[in-house]
Amino acid sequence: MPRSLWRTIDLSVLPDVVPLALAVAVTGASFGAIAVSSAVPVWLVCAMSLLVFAGGSQFMAVGVVATGGSPVAAVLAGLLLNARHLPFGLALGEVLGTGLASRVVGCHLIIDETTAFALAQRDPRRARVGFWTCGITLFTTWNLATLVGAEVGQLIGDPNRFGLDAAFPAALLALLMPTLRTTAPRRAAVVGAAVAVAATPLLPAGIPVLLSVTGVVAAGREAPPRGVGSP
Amino acid sequence: MTFMVVLTLAVGTYGLRLAGPLLHHRWQIPARVRTLLGLAAAALLTALMAVNALVPHGGFAGWALPAGVTVGGVAAWRRLPFVLVVLLAVATTAALRAFGVS
Repeated sequence: MPRSLWRTIDLSVLPDVVPLALAVAVTGASFGAIAVSSAVPVWLVCAMSLLVFAGGSQFMAVGVVATGGSPVAAVLAGLLLNARHLPFGLALGEVLGTGLASRVVGCHLIIDETTAFALAQRDPRRARVGFWTCGITLFTTWNLATLVGAEVGQLIGDPNRFGLDAAFPAALLALLMPTLRTTAPRRAAVVGAAVAVAATPLLPAGIPVLLSVTGVVAAGREAPPRGVGSP
Repeated sequence: MTFMVVLTLAVGTYGLRLAGPLLHHRWQIPARVRTLLGLAAAALLTALMAVNALVPHGGFAGWALPAGVTVGGVAAWRRLPFVLVVLLAVATTAALRAFGVS
């Protein structure tokens, strides 16, 4: 951890971070509960939140394996989803800090929320402070919430009796809604989803979801969509 | 789900995250590629949502689940808070099952 980190944290950005942290807590707890209901052991659920720290891809990997997909399909789908972190990192650049240590540690905190938060700040110093404060807060929240969700999820037995299998798709839909209000991503999403659902009875699990990227050709040339699939 | 899946996904994701700050000065991703990545993410997540709502185990699994997700979707469209969206979806599916709808 970079030595300058504690000087970097600034509590004045906290009021803007708290609503983000609340949303991340709910998503993290849903992830924990859903993952254990898909027969993933608690320690592995928590390891995933610590090491991957990218909600969309974590849901994706658990979802692909839970529906009988191969591990390779789960990793591929997750990585395809996380490819957006590369342009995020390019855009952030020196917001993380200039030293190698701050980039090596800080890059793990690159998610949709921290990127948007840092890029929305007025000056470079505030962007840097905002990125680190937001990143550390959301990382802590995401991992604690995952643990709580996984522990609670274990207590409730067959989750489908309580309709909990509806939580994951509904949570995804809520996360996607801002993106789906824009025309081009909506077209890509509707066509991609139709392809995946139609292909599901015919192909091995995991492949149909990957095929949904063909929906991109339906989008046409329009304004770039907003990021999706946070934490 | 195995530790290898988690580790491979974690290492790959970390690489994607580290590449940006390291290449910052040397490389600019074309805007078109950036747009395509965003569109692909939207398509992948929506497909995952639809498969899990309609054909979760490789075939149609009854109306209670897609009905609950639809109620959640309407709530999200009406900009209700995230927690309410999930709770409404879960409650609808659970209620339908309690009344004997699979």
